Amino acid sequence: MMNPVYRRRLLQHRVGIALSIFAMAIGLFFLGWILFTLLIKGFGALSLAMFAESTPAPGSEGGGLMNAIVGSLLMVGASTLISTPIGILAGVYLAEYGEESWLAQTTRFVTDIMLSAPSIVIGLFVYAIYVANVHHFSGWAGTFAISLIAIPVVVRTTDNMLKLVPSSLREAAFALGAPRWKVALLVRLRAVKAGVVTGVLLAVARISGETAPLLFTALNNQFFSADMNAPMANLPVVIFQFAMSPYDNWRSLAWGGALLITFSVLLLNILSRTLFRQKVTS
Amino acid sequence: MTGKATLEISNLNFFYGSFQGLKNVSLNIYEKKVTAFIGPSGCGKSTLLRTLNRMYDLYPGQRAEGRIIYNGRNILESGQDVNVLRAKVGMVFQKPTPFPMSVYDNIAFGVRLYENLSRGEMDERVEWALKKAALWTEVKDKLQKSGLSLSGGQQQRLCIARSVAVKPDVLLLDEPTSALDPISTAKIEELIAELKEDYTITIVTHNMQQAARCSDYTAYMYLGELVEFGETDQIFMNPGKKETQDYITGRFG
Repeated sequence: MMNPVYRRRLLQHRVGIALSIFAMAIGLFFLGWILFTLLIKGFGALSLAMFAESTPAPGSEGGGLMNAIVGSLLMVGASTLISTPIGILAGVYLAEYGEESWLAQTTRFVTDIMLSAPSIVIGLFVYAIYVANVHHFSGWAGTFAISLIAIPVVVRTTDNMLKLVPSSLREAAFALGAPRWKVALLVRLRAVKAGVVTGVLLAVARISGETAPLLFTALNNQFFSADMNAPMANLPVVIFQFAMSPYDNWRSLAWGGALLITFSVLLLNILSRTLFRQKVTS
Repeated sequence: MTGKATLEISNLNFFYGSFQGLKNVSLNIYEKKVTAFIGPSGCGKSTLLRTLNRMYDLYPGQRAEGRIIYNGRNILESGQDVNVLRAKVGMVFQKPTPFPMSVYDNIAFGVRLYENLSRGEMDERVEWALKKAALWTEVKDKLQKSGLSLSGGQQQRLCIARSVAVKPDVLLLDEPTSALDPISTAKIEELIAELKEDYTITIVTHNMQQAARCSDYTAYMYLGELVEFGETDQIFMNPGKKETQDYITGRFG
């Protein structure tokens, strides 16, 4: 069977495989390098004190990231609670009600722009309309800013996932005389539950590392504070400030914080992938 | 032809945008009989079926003109509540469409839309529907398992049970066995024979033996027109038109 046509196809196949392995190797190499550096530099900073003590004052020894960890958890948590229902309902609107209407097309277009908007612009926007008017930085302002980043991610994944539901499943629900909202929420959304959860987790991963939108909104706080109306410490901004500081213990904490965020995000991604895979195989 | 007509279709025209999918179709669907729609792909048999529960309403640009009289009313009129209509005219699709929920909830979903049953009454209804669909003995121990975990043939009977559970008058079956193996197909066909005791059934099929085996009336369609309609025995043994005979004997189609 080694005729010339087949031989050429085989050659093309091998070249294609080689090229894609090469491309993958480049990506993996840098990812590996980043993770390796993080582990080397950040692992030393990991200690009980990092989770138990707040950020140290300039010139003082030791310290930890407790206030920043709690601040990040509070803001990311609040933002998730706000963005998930808004994002999912907007996605359901787009896929079930809007379809190809003018309003839906515009919403999709705007969502896509929001997805690719530089996050610093979002930070400045919230600063201008909220922080500048109430005259103080706050956890709520930070939550607002990162929610604006998370919502489009959830909207788009929900919209895309719902479109994967076979039209026959939707018709079957309508054929029983179900009203549209029940078809959308009880059948169609349920069919892609895992995919939508994946979208939410990806949004959480995205906002847990965002620095720029928090710089002008939550700012930072050297002390422990769970007051969402006051400036709030958070991991990304602490990393940003500490990494460029002259103090060794600060820089070490910055690496520790970076390691913490990266592995939390990695964990979230793995979790969302396993969730999605389970759904696909069942 | 004898018997009471559940659905009286007259001068039905159907349009996909500017394309006319049905041309002046008139026929009766008789009560507690099985009516089969046969014909080559694209002849309009599925389109005709989908006008009977106004499934086409979901898609802008599709519209039907003419009359389909059900309980003394033209269901094509804009005043018709389509959800109420669909609860009375159930539909089963080509590919099984179990909802992503348990076997029990698949059945209960439709019932809950129109009835407020107690837990016990719902249990009874689920069992009754599953028995009607000849599925009860196979799934009575897996009612809380996902409907998606059943085999293809079981899923299709689950969909039939789901339609039956809301106590419709009419069941529309759109090529219900074309995605199934021969054993599952035989089970569904037996089921059709039992279900016609209680329901008016309309079935679209590509399989001429199936139409001959399970239907009382057969409509042969071609290019959106109803070529011939009559009792199945007559259509298959002694068709009135040459086109029907050519299709049935496999010389065309």
